[in-house]
Amino acid sequence: MTEFLAGFSAVLIRDLRLALRQSADLALVLGFFTIAASLFPFGVGPAPETLARIAPGVIWVLALLSVMLSLDRLFEQDLADGSLEQMVLTPRPLVLTVLAKALAHWLTTGLPLIAITPVIGILLNFPTAGYSTLLIGLALGTPSLSLIGAVGAALTLGARRAGLLIALLVLPLYIPILIFGVTAVDSVLTGFEARAHFLYLAAILVAAIPLAPLAAAAAVRHGVEG
Amino acid sequence: MHRFANPSQFMRVAEAMLPWMVALCIPLMAAGLYFGLWASPADYQQSETVRIMYIHVPSAFLAQGAYIVMALGSASFLIWKHPLGDLIARAAAPIGCIFALICLVTGSLWGKPTWGTYWVWDARLTSMLILFFLFLGYLALANAFDDPARGDKPAAILAVVGIVNIPIIKFSVYFFNTLHQKSTLFGDLFSSGEEAGASGLQQPDIAAAAAQQGSALPPSMLLPLMLMLAAFSVFFLILLVLRLRGELATVRLRALRAGLRAG
Repeated sequence: MTEFLAGFSAVLIRDLRLALRQSADLALVLGFFTIAASLFPFGVGPAPETLARIAPGVIWVLALLSVMLSLDRLFEQDLADGSLEQMVLTPRPLVLTVLAKALAHWLTTGLPLIAITPVIGILLNFPTAGYSTLLIGLALGTPSLSLIGAVGAALTLGARRAGLLIALLVLPLYIPILIFGVTAVDSVLTGFEARAHFLYLAAILVAAIPLAPLAAAAAVRHGVEG
Repeated sequence: MHRFANPSQFMRVAEAMLPWMVALCIPLMAAGLYFGLWASPADYQQSETVRIMYIHVPSAFLAQGAYIVMALGSASFLIWKHPLGDLIARAAAPIGCIFALICLVTGSLWGKPTWGTYWVWDARLTSMLILFFLFLGYLALANAFDDPARGDKPAAILAVVGIVNIPIIKFSVYFFNTLHQKSTLFGDLFSSGEEAGASGLQQPDIAAAAAQQGSALPPSMLLPLMLMLAAFSVFFLILLVLRLRGELATVRLRALRAGLRAG
């Protein structure tokens, strides 16, 4: 058990260290999130009430897209320099390695996105009453995005036009998270409780933690061999 | 059971059944179209547009059925490494994709006169659209690799992962309060009688009374629907065998070419 944990934390620390050393990548994701959000006032007009109405949906969709655009970081580089093959060859279960990589991905993508969300909220005139719901929803939803994204990233290893292909595979699977995330905020803003939506988001996460790494590990193994 | 996992063994049985399936499909389709288009009454509220149902419901049924076939084939390919499973999944994917498209198009044509709009973001419609996207994703992933055989396993994993959507489609009209009507065919299966017809398309009391007896459809409409469901199912099997023949030929051709190049 302890050696499993040791392997898990070794991969986690390695991936975190790599991500922090290439922090320009991290800044790119946050930059995309901010710039894309600031396009909406130009697109739909700067009227505060219009922006307030679309803000929850815009923030969630952009969070989805930002996570998706950073998915290539999960396995692509490790496959190119051969370290992914070494990870497959180790006696440690590949499922745990994939889980550690997904966690590292969330810590370096999902968490910064959540941290910057209040600023985006101000840009889009997000209603103050919905902030805590939005942040809790993102905290419950973005780990699932990283986990499901890991499956997509693993499946497209070595494919032509992998970046576009990932969008086609992963975005349909992201839709339920988007729906519950946005309806949670909407229900709070219209005076209802968000608890049911949080429970759905949590249920998706609880299902994704064991199942997504299983599928992703099978795909990684095939991707390394091929 | 595993004896038929040999593709050529399987194809021998399938080819022998093919003419029988064609002979079954043509009269079923003809009778279904006759009863559906001429010999059944128009709905008292929706008038003639109700006939869209005889195409819409079978294609929705088969789009989901094709996905299940695809996922089962993929799962058996992943578990037992049966090449037949992969071939069946690859053969079923484009058929299911087109059935899903037909379902979406006929549904939106039906929606315009009855709901007043071509499209609403309702749970059943959205999850059907997601099913269509999953088919597209499967086809894109299976053909995304320079070595065609390399795409088999990723595509199979995707098909198995995507199966979570099937129960969501099935139960979306029960979970969420939506515009799409609940199942009138098996009205009493998942909901109480008064819920089954209360979505506004039928007169609630008639539909509810009928739902308690099993199906909310009158026999004159149930007959063509059942005929069309059977005809579409056999048609799906015919297409599947034809496409399997093609997939098998592709694999053999690839093996021959590889042999030529090596030799």
